[in-house]
Amino acid sequence: MTVGDDSLVPRGYGGAVSNPQPANLGDILERVLDKGIVIAGDIKVNLLDIELLTIKLRLVVASLETAREVGIDWWENDPWLTGKKSNLELENERLRARLERLEQGDGQRRAVSGRAAEYEDER
Amino acid sequence: MSADGVWVYAIIRGAGAEDRVSGLRGVAGEPVHLIVSDELAAVVGVVDLDEYGQDALRRNLEDLDWVAQKARAHDAVITAVARSGSVIPVRMATVYLDDGHVRTLLENRRDDFEATLSRLCGRAELGVKVYADPKQLLTADSEQDDGGMRTGTAYLMRRRQQLASHEEAYRAAAVEADRIHTTLMRYAVDGRRKPPPDRSLSGRDEMTVLNGTYLVDSDAVGLFRETVAALGMSTGRLSLETTGPWPPYSFAGEPVSE
Repeated sequence: MTVGDDSLVPRGYGGAVSNPQPANLGDILERVLDKGIVIAGDIKVNLLDIELLTIKLRLVVASLETAREVGIDWWENDPWLTGKKSNLELENERLRARLERLEQGDGQRRAVSGRAAEYEDER
Repeated sequence: MSADGVWVYAIIRGAGAEDRVSGLRGVAGEPVHLIVSDELAAVVGVVDLDEYGQDALRRNLEDLDWVAQKARAHDAVITAVARSGSVIPVRMATVYLDDGHVRTLLENRRDDFEATLSRLCGRAELGVKVYADPKQLLTADSEQDDGGMRTGTAYLMRRRQQLASHEEAYRAAAVEADRIHTTLMRYAVDGRRKPPPDRSLSGRDEMTVLNGTYLVDSDAVGLFRETVAALGMSTGRLSLETTGPWPPYSFAGEPVSE
């Protein structure tokens, strides 16, 4: 077979523009969780779970300095991050609240995301 | 005794499909195989519902290590299959309870899948992220007028000026990002802008002003990358990064609402 061919093989390598690392986890998750065709399997996984996971991932990957700057310092006590079992529902509530805070506090990011005219105070 | 489920990786054409999945291992280390219906084949693996059933999946999707490992394995199978021909990637964690249901899926959506496979044939997805560094965006004078002004009014004036220049700088960056996206669309079959990943993801000050992904003819991948490089050189203030080629995750079809 020739279609697709070798250009698909070593992802992130070769080519005129360098992206010398292999695909990072964030890039992979962005595609395998959010993209790909969505067909209704027999087992339904609540999408909300995935959203929460993504949020958690973002926060985990965040540098501690950056996170502290925006007032996120809860991870020391977060059972998910410290590996202890926890009550999922409680955790979900907390995460939703955090997401709201983050979204409110992160006007800068939203401002640039394609709505050039609406700028908010950067925090 | 535990029951088995069917994890779906991708949908491909049936012709030559056996060779395309031969030797591949899936998310559970299981041998990847096919479920065939007419001209189409689903690339699947048998998984234990103790780990991949409804409750288990809910639990496991909260486990970053688990997700990371399975995401890579899921992607690896799709990427391997994409090397030898057209593929419709299926979103991670799509599990059926038996082969018959997968066959029904292939039958019910045959026309749709056939059309998508034709559209994606010989094409790959490339991601382009454009970052703006706020420090570089700002003009020199707004950074320098710090000294000496201590009164509240002076502070407010300075602050207002800073915000105005921030605003202007980001607006300029956004305009430039639009231009880059427009240019790249000319070298792509299709493309879309995705929401920027959370700023904390990078752990850097840089902001993503463009998170684009593009469907590109395989034989034009080199040209596309050169275009990105040229755009990168034409802008001093933004940095560009490409990822891929990926299997066409973002162009496999519109999400079906439930």
